Amino acid sequence: MMFGLPPAGDLDLPERYFTLEDYDGGVARWCPGCGDFAVLSAVQRICRDEQIPPEKLAIVSGIGCSSRFPHYLHAYGFHGLHGRALPVACGVKARRPDLQVWVATGDGDCCSIGAGHWLHAARYNMDLVVMIFDNSVYGLTKKQTSPTTPLGLATNTHPRGPFLPPLNVAETTLGFPNVSFVARTVDWNPAHLAATLHAAYRHRGTSFVHILQRCPTYTPEVFDAWRQNPDLTLLLTHERGIPADDAVRRIYRNRLEHDPSDLAEARRLAAFGERLAIGLLYRNPGAPRYDEVTVEGLGLPRERKLAALERALDRLAI
Amino acid sequence: MSSGTLAPAAPAVARPRERVEVDERIVEIVSDSGEGAQKAGQTFGTVCAKLGNGVWTVEIIPAEIKPPARSRAGASGIRVRFARRPVTNRGETADLVVAFNEQVLYGRIANAAYRPGTVVLLESKWGDDPQPELREQYRSAVEEYRAQGFELLELPMERACLEVVPDARVGKNMFVVGMLCEIFGRDLDCALGEVEEALGRKGAEVVRANQALVRRGAEFAAERVRFAWSVPARPVETPQLVLNGNQAVALGILAAGIDVVSMYPITPATSVSHYLARLLPEAGGFLHQAEDEIAAVGFAIGASWAGKTACTITSGPGLALKSEFLGFAAMAEIPLVVVDVQRGGPSTGLPTKVEQGDLLAALYGQPGDTPKVVFAPATIEECFHAIPLARKLAEEFRTPVVVLTDANLATGVSTVPRPALDPAWLALEPALLPWPPGLAPFDWHPETGLSTRALPGQKGGEHVVTGLAHTRLGKVAYDPRSNQEGCEMRSRKLAALAATLVAPVPYGAPQGDLLAVGWGSTSGAIEEAVDGLRAEGLAVAALHLRFLSPLEPGLAEIFRRFAKVMTIEINYSDDPEAPLVTPERRRRAQLAQLLRERTLADVDCWSAVPGQPFGPGEIARVLARALGAARPPSAGRGAG
Repeated sequence: MMFGLPPAGDLDLPERYFTLEDYDGGVARWCPGCGDFAVLSAVQRICRDEQIPPEKLAIVSGIGCSSRFPHYLHAYGFHGLHGRALPVACGVKARRPDLQVWVATGDGDCCSIGAGHWLHAARYNMDLVVMIFDNSVYGLTKKQTSPTTPLGLATNTHPRGPFLPPLNVAETTLGFPNVSFVARTVDWNPAHLAATLHAAYRHRGTSFVHILQRCPTYTPEVFDAWRQNPDLTLLLTHERGIPADDAVRRIYRNRLEHDPSDLAEARRLAAFGERLAIGLLYRNPGAPRYDEVTVEGLGLPRERKLAALERALDRLAI
Repeated sequence: MSSGTLAPAAPAVARPRERVEVDERIVEIVSDSGEGAQKAGQTFGTVCAKLGNGVWTVEIIPAEIKPPARSRAGASGIRVRFARRPVTNRGETADLVVAFNEQVLYGRIANAAYRPGTVVLLESKWGDDPQPELREQYRSAVEEYRAQGFELLELPMERACLEVVPDARVGKNMFVVGMLCEIFGRDLDCALGEVEEALGRKGAEVVRANQALVRRGAEFAAERVRFAWSVPARPVETPQLVLNGNQAVALGILAAGIDVVSMYPITPATSVSHYLARLLPEAGGFLHQAEDEIAAVGFAIGASWAGKTACTITSGPGLALKSEFLGFAAMAEIPLVVVDVQRGGPSTGLPTKVEQGDLLAALYGQPGDTPKVVFAPATIEECFHAIPLARKLAEEFRTPVVVLTDANLATGVSTVPRPALDPAWLALEPALLPWPPGLAPFDWHPETGLSTRALPGQKGGEHVVTGLAHTRLGKVAYDPRSNQEGCEMRSRKLAALAATLVAPVPYGAPQGDLLAVGWGSTSGAIEEAVDGLRAEGLAVAALHLRFLSPLEPGLAEIFRRFAKVMTIEINYSDDPEAPLVTPERRRRAQLAQLLRERTLADVDCWSAVPGQPFGPGEIARVLARALGAARPPSAGRGAG
């Protein structure tokens, strides 16, 4: 001890402190009024609050408006192929448990062209946050029907509206085997959005967050009923759910205590009925995680790798 | 014998018989699926290899797991070619066939696998079958086979097995091993040891029963088979391995220190993952079976982007599905090793059979310009070394590398020298040091297009990889200059790699009348054909290419030294004599197209899609015809 001070190591001052600017990836090029901006700023705040070093952040996306997300957040980004964000994210996480992997995907990217991976990512239940930006339309390709386009909404591929009723992203996700976290939130309530994404980040496993997100260009009115009358929103609350602060509680007066371990009730609530349920629908912290298996053998010394190969050769030797 | 059998059974042979010494023999064991013929052939082949013969075995595999019994199309089995010298291909027609029923031979005969004089050891029980239709089928087949000139011995093999074990169906294969050992004068102890090694984990009782079957098979052959040969062997001086091409790929993956192998089941590539499922965890790696082919390559690319070496393994239809991601890996400059174990195409094609039909798909299968490295090992030994090489090239050139093997290499079993391992083949763990300030994530060297990769975890290297056109900074850019520059830089990497390659050396002679150019698994058969023709005084040589993208250098110069150049390939081309086909309209074999484009030489081709490897005799006939020389019919005894 010198001059009455503890040794430097005991001061416990963080070597680096990250501010919001550290996650600033430059000017986002979404349309003015796009709901994606709210998600971007929520994620940046969570990164700041959790003090995630930018080099430990891996943001993986597919193709679509929301899949431009990695370009606007300062981190390692993978802006990949249409529908294929989830397999890439799983591959990243498989052998790099030190990375925090976030996935940005849309209703077309995840629920249409990439739907097969959606189901299997739920099964793998690797530690990822999967943000499904649901604006009910293909935006980047200019207003085609997506799997979540409501009946009656005219699109360029279905001018009289879709032939088929839409799928419900949260409800469908709740039908997948081994699913461990499904929540729903809305871009027009930043506090609830941030709290939901934060809970998703804290969950160990694949956290699916169904984000209702306005497209000011092609589906500006699609969520208007809910936006204009907060009483049509049902805020799910629970001690193990998404914490709702007073501001959120003031807006959403219809609340329901929902135990997130109740899968059957979660599926019932996820359906679109009179009310839009937001909050944590389901969480199973005990679901098996594939990333606990994929890390096996990491860091095996080179001598042991060579020894394994020599043994394999021995078995084929004559 | 009962009245059901047409001819009297082969009379018991009094020992000792005369044992004829020969340079090589080709043996086939043919059966219904699930009767263990392949295991028998592998065991016998291993015995031959251990004694110092060169060996090549080829599996005869139906596409179905359990096709109907006694089905002509469902023949399952194995061919074993063994010789005084090293063997590199399946050879021509078989000298000896063991058949568990008469029906399975029809398919092999249609494949010209046999010739007059081929010795057929046929299970005779079908002649006594309670069902009259079966007796009739047997009777007519035996008549037909005799008429074709086969040396047919009808043998009650199953009955002899039943003297030793209660259920012959599961033990007849080892009985056959004993028979073959006796017929070829093999040391029985060696075969008994193989049985112990292969079945030891099933317990002493199983080993004992199978060894009894081997002994009984040997006695039976001594009593009942009048043929006996010996194929002298050279003592084995250097350590050898017995393995197939898929095992070699799996071992190569270990030797390269590849961290993640991501695959989806597809014939004939899948067995690589079967070996890896056991081997890779011991070597610290992870095998991922993905939900589909696209996810398999996506997972590998994700792992590779995160700094872990990754490989995906597939066959033609899977390569088609992975195509978009290969384009992405090329565009985003993410290293990736892709092994394509080619099978017959197009579409689902011939899943279990050989073709070299994916060359152009591997080179050009993506929209836009997608430069990538493509090369093809020519032997089982090269399948092993291909993977550390592919790993190194993928990383140094930041590019996907496609390794083209095929069903012939994948399932052919041969002896190869045991490789001396080099620790430098192993991938290094990423160090994740802070990224040098100011260095762009795509800091392309203007001459080579090469650049250093920033890996997630490297402080200060944060950037986005994208399939969109991008600048050196990884920023999306749609301006004309950026896209032109990106394409140039990625293409330049191939020129840089090409500049390090050396010109190949023709086999046989540096100049002459005809040069046969091949790639992939055909090298052994082509070179054997060239040996035969040169022994007859014809000025033929062979050239075998490994690197296809970038292409090996110096080819135009080599081609100028030959009056005629033609490729030999197992893929489709129009017969120049076919109706409506003119030289202008003719669709040529895949390597021929590439060589014509690159060398401006008038490269001819001969190719076919029989689903099976070419024999040297067939190639020799083609080359002789190309030379305009008449060939005696003995040169090729059938397509095999």
